[in-house]
Amino acid sequence: METTKRYTARLFSLEVLGILIAIAFLVPFYFVLTNSFKPFAELLANTTSLPKAFSLHNYTEAWRIMRFPTVFMNSLIITIASNVGLVIISSMAAYRMVRNNSRLNQVLFMLFVSAMIIPFESIMIPLVKLAGTVGFLNHIWGVILCYFGFGVSLNLFLYHGFVKSIPLEVEEAAIVDGSSTFGVFWRIVFPLLKPVTVTIVLLNSLWIWNDFLLPLLIISGPETRTIPLATYSFFGQYMKQWDLALAALTLGVLPIILFFLAMQKHIVEGITAGSIKG
Amino acid sequence: MESASKKRLYQLLFIGPAVFFFVIIVVIPFFMSIYYSFTEWNGVSTTVTWIGIENYKKILFHDSDYYKSFVFTFRYAITGVLLTNLVGFLLALLLTQALKLRNILRTIFFMPNVIGGLLLGFIWSFIFVKGFASIGEHTGLAFFNLPWLGDAPTAFWGVVIVTVWKGAGYVMVIYIAGLTNVPKDLIEAARIDGATKLQMLYKITVPLIMPSITVCLFLTLSWGFKVFDLIVSLTKGGPFNSTESVSLNIYQEAFRNNALGLGSAKAVIFFLIVALITVVQVTITKKREVES
Repeated sequence: METTKRYTARLFSLEVLGILIAIAFLVPFYFVLTNSFKPFAELLANTTSLPKAFSLHNYTEAWRIMRFPTVFMNSLIITIASNVGLVIISSMAAYRMVRNNSRLNQVLFMLFVSAMIIPFESIMIPLVKLAGTVGFLNHIWGVILCYFGFGVSLNLFLYHGFVKSIPLEVEEAAIVDGSSTFGVFWRIVFPLLKPVTVTIVLLNSLWIWNDFLLPLLIISGPETRTIPLATYSFFGQYMKQWDLALAALTLGVLPIILFFLAMQKHIVEGITAGSIKG
Repeated sequence: MESASKKRLYQLLFIGPAVFFFVIIVVIPFFMSIYYSFTEWNGVSTTVTWIGIENYKKILFHDSDYYKSFVFTFRYAITGVLLTNLVGFLLALLLTQALKLRNILRTIFFMPNVIGGLLLGFIWSFIFVKGFASIGEHTGLAFFNLPWLGDAPTAFWGVVIVTVWKGAGYVMVIYIAGLTNVPKDLIEAARIDGATKLQMLYKITVPLIMPSITVCLFLTLSWGFKVFDLIVSLTKGGPFNSTESVSLNIYQEAFRNNALGLGSAKAVIFFLIVALITVVQVTITKKREVES
């Protein structure tokens, strides 16, 4: 047995190996961050060194050109609203499907699950036409409603697995006390679903915040752009201006990195739980 | 007990919204896509002409670009899946040792994954163009002085490098979970029986973490086949279309060339192939899962 967990020479060399790999992993961040503070000439002359003076000039320019506050808010609204909608519709549906396991609901569940293998590319063409006809184009609400449809399969699947593990007894007690099915769900079951809700919200957030193709198809105007879209059009205009571009990239990457660092324990747990259930 | 009418009401109230959005956003467009694939349609005019399997014929016999994009996507997906899982698994083996910096290292390896493919691609295009050149200058290593995004073979590996850098941390997390669940007494028993480290890995660890392998292969395969944003920002499909993914090819056909009928046919073929591959992969690896 490994009761004697001494810090051996072998462990030490593995530790060094880990640190070396970690440095290799972080090099891209180093390059982007340090060069984003340099004036263009310095960036070209010396890409590897630290900046001579930390100038925020690139950042203020990039902030202004990409309209950072607007696009940040758009990304935030889309991510939050999509999450709220997805959690509500998929938790309710999953709950009902487990508790009322009729033939119809079994068929529906199979449909939701099998639709997960449809790649987005296979539906995007009619979807854009459809969105155009209903007037969804260039509205962030159009994007949000699309995420409801695309996310519901996986979310329902994860909730479905979790609801099955909730004992019926607690609900029966509430029903005896005169609570309606609706009340039982929101007051008793939904709070019990919290662990899986956290998982789902985190997975959805990473996906929706970073998504590029769907917003690219639905959104065109600068007012409704998300962070990936704004970054994309920024690069179209300032292709070779690496000084501004790197500041814009850092601004774009920063919110999700901060979110990750704050939530990392839950994100890692969520991925683990989600993958084992799946 | 619920009465029949209440039952219907609750069915509608609870399941209705999910079904509604699912049908409007996924099911209807999916069938429309199949319908459009048999038509000629530029997306602008109101006339959609039924032309039978003409689009499919055109793609199969005359569209070398689509064919080329499939070859790229296959090569890319397979290389990416193998390397991402290999690196992720090795990182997981490393980080299940009693290292002091274990938690920080996990965070660092996972971090690239939270950044979207588009921004990652832009970050790396800077690294390939300026960063690598600069490292090459300082170290004199030929590896860093290659024309990374300017040449077809190196551009392929450029995309693969970024893919592994992004994905390895994600599968690492899943493999760590799998490895921690391998019962210690089994390993111990094997050691007493005189099994070598490699034997233990192949005969005990790998079969026992088969569920993790199933999930990781499934995830990395579907990432690989659907790659779009990373390509857009890293190479735009170039040089000479050598890194154009199927996804990008479909997008260009439908929204750049305004050939929505043809694009739909490409999308349907893409769906069939992706569905086939993922189903086959999951069936095969599921069969190899064992109970501990």
